[in-house]
Amino acid sequence: MTTETPTPRSNIPELSVSELSNAMKRTLEDSFGRVRVRGELAGLKIAASGHLYADLKDADSNLNVICWRGTVSKLKIRPEDGMDVVCTGKITTYPKSSRYQMIIDTMELAGQGALLKMLEDRKIRLAAEGLFDENRKKPIPFLPQIIGVVTSPTGAVIRDILHRLQDRFPRHVIVWPVNVQGEGAADQITAAIKGFSAMTHNRPDVIIVARGGGSLEDLMAFNEESVVRAVAECPIPVISAVGHETDTTLIDYAADLRAPTPTAAAEMAVPVRRDLMAQLMDDARRLYTTTQRSLTLHKQRLDTYQARLGDPRRILELKTQNLDHLTHRLSGSFEKGVTRRTARIAELSAMLRHPRQIMQEAKRTLTIWDNRLTDIKPRLLQQPEQKLTRAAALLEALSFHKVLERGFAVIRDETGTPLTSAASTKNNQDIVIQFHDGQKKAQVK
Amino acid sequence: MVVMTGKSAAVDSLTFEAALLELEGIVRDLETGKSALEESIGAYERGVALKTHCEKKLREAQAKIEKITVGADGKIGTAPFDPQE
Repeated sequence: MTTETPTPRSNIPELSVSELSNAMKRTLEDSFGRVRVRGELAGLKIAASGHLYADLKDADSNLNVICWRGTVSKLKIRPEDGMDVVCTGKITTYPKSSRYQMIIDTMELAGQGALLKMLEDRKIRLAAEGLFDENRKKPIPFLPQIIGVVTSPTGAVIRDILHRLQDRFPRHVIVWPVNVQGEGAADQITAAIKGFSAMTHNRPDVIIVARGGGSLEDLMAFNEESVVRAVAECPIPVISAVGHETDTTLIDYAADLRAPTPTAAAEMAVPVRRDLMAQLMDDARRLYTTTQRSLTLHKQRLDTYQARLGDPRRILELKTQNLDHLTHRLSGSFEKGVTRRTARIAELSAMLRHPRQIMQEAKRTLTIWDNRLTDIKPRLLQQPEQKLTRAAALLEALSFHKVLERGFAVIRDETGTPLTSAASTKNNQDIVIQFHDGQKKAQVK
Repeated sequence: MVVMTGKSAAVDSLTFEAALLELEGIVRDLETGKSALEESIGAYERGVALKTHCEKKLREAQAKIEKITVGADGKIGTAPFDPQE
């Protein structure tokens, strides 16, 4: 039971190996009880049994640590080699191989700096795998029929989401209740996301993964690799809304859309019904007015062309009127023509005389002219006689005899031809000088 | 006409978003007045059908809140959910 004080060699009781080992085990366990040890994880492996074996070491020493299967799943962090961790547990021995070791109850990262570094390393590693690539992002449906929400069933988060959905556009919401922190939270969240994807009936069109604000440790479930992978691989578009706007967890990178708050996630998930109603009404009004306007326009154009085309009845009426007019003129002109021609015939008939009449007229004319000729006959002689008398008288008055009476004489040659110039006489020519009372012969000297 | 009937039948299968998008397209086309009269009449009829469809979708907006329940056998079911509980 207890070791005895040193005694002479011969007095040393003989112990079996197991007895000693058990004694040492009890001593260690009693002396140390629960311890808190900080060190770096190394040589980490999970056996087929599910138990985790690793070494916790610092610069000089090495401590075997074990975490039983049941405890591993409850750890706040996923242990990885190289992690600077603080482990709580108890010291015991492994009698089979003369070792002492630590059985871990809890494990946490040593300090926030280490935690952040771990997250940064994980982020880089997952990003390198392409989990955060933009081309993986699926569009969020404009108007989802069913919205899946992965969050705690109690608390403000789910109420905020449901309220905002109700305000904007009431939808069918399916809540998948999960623990959002602490024991098993990451596994539940992963299972919920995969569960929604696997649904065949009422499968959501969009999933909101939400949690309210909290410390870095509180949000750790949303940094878990299994959760991040589930979000990245989810065939349904995922909106992440974890913590406050300033909190960023790794699922924010993997999600198709990151909402700064759970309320914002609800806003991103559905449009505002009222706005859509208004838009629809406006579209309907535009549809109606534009069609109405188009019809009016077409009708106006049709009317215009119809007017230009003219009414066949009008055209017919006009033609009929023209015809009537022409008919009237035709009948009138015919009568007029007959009248004109009748008049012309009368005129011409008046001009047309019988030959007998013509002969009578000719005879009458002849008689007239005959009478006039007869009348003229006596005057025909009477006139020349009178003229002759007058001429004789004039002649008498003009006769040279009268001149001779005044002393003048006419000289003639023997033939009786008057000599009117001295030159026309010759010497010794016999001449006759006539006086008014007779003539005398003479000779030129 | 046959084509129109075929198109109209498809209206019911359209999502709200697709129907609204098409409706807006039709309104814009009609407003620019480029389409022929027969086409615009057909487009109007289709537009009215789309509008009715969208209205129906909007009227359908009923909140229904459920939560997932996992049975002892791991079978997943749903139950009404009251966030106040």
